[in-house]
Amino acid sequence: MLTILFDGIAYGMLLFVLACGLSITLGLMNFVNLAHGAFAMAGGYITVIMMNRYGLSFYWCLPAAFLVTALIGVLLERTLYRRLYKSSHLDQVLFSIGLVFMSIAAVDYFMGGQQQLISLPPELRGRFDFFGVGIGRYRLFIIVLCAALTIALQLALTRTRFGSQLRAAVDDGRVARGLGINVSVVFALTFALGSGLAGLGGALGTEILGLDPNFPLKFLIYFMIVVTVGGTSSITGPFVAALLLGIADVAGKYYVPQAGAFIIYGVMILVLILRPHGLFAREGGR
Amino acid sequence: MSDKPLSASETAIGLLKRAGRWQIWEIALWLIAIAMIFVLPSKMLILTEITILGLFAVSLDLILGYAGIVSLGHTAFFGLGAYVAGIFARDYFSEPVTGLLVAGVVSGLFGFATSFLVLRGSDLTRLMTTFGVAMLLAELANQAAWLTGGADGLSGVTITPILGLFEFDLWGRNGYIYALVVLMVLTFIARRIVNSPYGLSLKAIKRNPVRAAMLGISPTRRIVAVYTIAAAYAGIAGALLAQTTSFVSPDVLAFHRSADVLLVLVIGGTGYLYGGIFGAIIFTVLRDWLSVITPQYWMFWIGLILIIIVMVGPERITRWQAFLPGSARAERLKARKAAEDVR
Repeated sequence: MLTILFDGIAYGMLLFVLACGLSITLGLMNFVNLAHGAFAMAGGYITVIMMNRYGLSFYWCLPAAFLVTALIGVLLERTLYRRLYKSSHLDQVLFSIGLVFMSIAAVDYFMGGQQQLISLPPELRGRFDFFGVGIGRYRLFIIVLCAALTIALQLALTRTRFGSQLRAAVDDGRVARGLGINVSVVFALTFALGSGLAGLGGALGTEILGLDPNFPLKFLIYFMIVVTVGGTSSITGPFVAALLLGIADVAGKYYVPQAGAFIIYGVMILVLILRPHGLFAREGGR
Repeated sequence: MSDKPLSASETAIGLLKRAGRWQIWEIALWLIAIAMIFVLPSKMLILTEITILGLFAVSLDLILGYAGIVSLGHTAFFGLGAYVAGIFARDYFSEPVTGLLVAGVVSGLFGFATSFLVLRGSDLTRLMTTFGVAMLLAELANQAAWLTGGADGLSGVTITPILGLFEFDLWGRNGYIYALVVLMVLTFIARRIVNSPYGLSLKAIKRNPVRAAMLGISPTRRIVAVYTIAAAYAGIAGALLAQTTSFVSPDVLAFHRSADVLLVLVIGGTGYLYGGIFGAIIFTVLRDWLSVITPQYWMFWIGLILIIIVMVGPERITRWQAFLPGSARAERLKARKAAEDVR
C-alpha cells in the first residue's frame, strides 16, 4: 500500500519534470507544443547511446541529456518555433504534430523500432526495506532529484532576475520590451530550459517508462493532462497535478488494471468541464 | 452586371446566392469520380479509401472550417461508426445501408452528448477534451474484447448485398460506387446546410462569437447542432470503411487518424467543403507514393509536409482554388471589380 504510494510519487515527480517544460511553453508562452514528448525522447535516446555505445556512466548521461536537448530546443526555437508564436492554435498543433511524426520516423530509422534498455549503476538497483515499506533505490533517487529540481525551479521563477523578466515578458510582451527586456532572448532561454528538463526527464524515465520511437505519442496525453489539469499559470499547479496523476495511475494499474486508463481520462474530462482553466487557475489569469 | 447600380442588400443577396450556386469545377469533380469506375478499374480499393477519407475530412470541415472548433479526437466518431456498423452487421442485420444509418445515428447521438464538452473553454481545453474522448473510446474498444474483439479487431463481419441487389465484389467496384454515392449524397446535404442561413450564422460565430451573440445568434445551439451533424458524418465514413473492408481494427480510433484527417483538411483547405475531398486525393496518392519509396519511414515525409505547410501558410497553398473557373472567390473578385467600375 505505502509502496504503491511511494512508487506513485516517484512516477508523478518524473511526470512533473517531463511536463513542466510544456507547462512553461503552453501556459506562459501560449504555444500548443504537442512535440514536447519528442524532446523527452531525445533525452532518453542520448542516454541510451552514451551508455550502451560508449559505456559512459549514467550520472554523466543526465547532464548531457539536459544540455543536448536544451541545445536542440534552442536551435528549433530560433529557426522554427519563433515564427509561430503569433499563429493560430491550429497552425501550432499541425506544426508540432509534424515534428512528432518526423522525430518518430527519424528515431525509427537510426535506432530501430525496438524497446531500448539501459542498465542502471548497481547502487541504484533493487529495493530496501524501510519500516516495512519497500522502497526502490532508483525511485528514491528520482524523488530526491526531482524535488530538488522543483524547488530550484520555483526559486528561479520567483526570486531571480531572469524569473521576473520571464514573468514580465509573458504578462505583457510589449511593455516588457519597452522596459528594456529582450523578450525574444528570454523566450529562447525559457524554451531551452523547458526542452532540457524534458530531455532530463526522458533520460531518467528510460528505466521506468520504457523508450521506443512511439514515446512522444504514448506519453503526450499524460503531459497534456498534467498541464491542463494543473492549470498553466504556476509551477505548483502542474506539480500537484503530476503527483495526483502519478499516484492515481500507479494505484489504478495495481488495483483495477482493467479500468486504469478510464479513470484518468474520465477525471481529466470532468476537471476540464468543471474548471476549464485547470484546478489551480490564477484569478484573472490567461 | 446590370446598368443601374444595385442597392447594398441586393448586392449582398446576389453574392450569397452566387456562393451557393453550382460551380463548373464541382460538377467536373463528380463526373471525374464517376468516370473513374470505368477508367481505373484496377484502382478501386484505393479510390474507395480516398472516398471514405474524403467524407471523414468533409465532416471535420463542418466543425473546423465552419464552426472553428479545433478537434484532436475527431476519429472518435469515425471509429464509433466503424464499430457500430461492424457489430450491427455481425450480430443483427447485415444489409449495409441499414447499418450505415444505424452507425450514423449512434455516432450522431454520441456527438450530441459530447458536444457540450466543446462549448466551454479555450482552444486548448477543446483539444484536450476531444482528444480525451477519443482516447477513452480507444481504451473501451481495447478492453471490451467480448464485443469488439479487442486488439485483434472485429472480424467475422459479413456484409450482404447492398439493398439486397448489389454484391460487394472482389475488385471493390461496387464498394467504390457505394462509397461514392454516399459521399455525393452527404456532400450535397452538407452543401445545402452550409449555404443556408444556418450555415452563414455558423460562419458568423466562427469569426466573432461575441458579435454573433449580440446579433441574436445563439452560439450554443448552433455549435451543438453542427457538432452532431459532423459526428454523424464521421460515423457514416467509419461505417463505410467497416463495410467495404469487412473488418474493424482498433486502429480506427488511433490518434494518428485524427492527425491525418487534420492534415488532409489543411492540404485541401478549410471552409469550402471540397477541401476535404481534394485533400483526401492528394494525401492518399502522396502516402501511397511515399510508402512505395520508403515503406517504413513515410511518416517522416508526412511530418515534413505538415511543417512546410504551416511555415508557408495554409492560406497561400489553398488559394489556388480561387483561380478555378467559376469559383466563388473568383466571382466575388470579379463582382467587386465590376462594382468599382460602375462607381
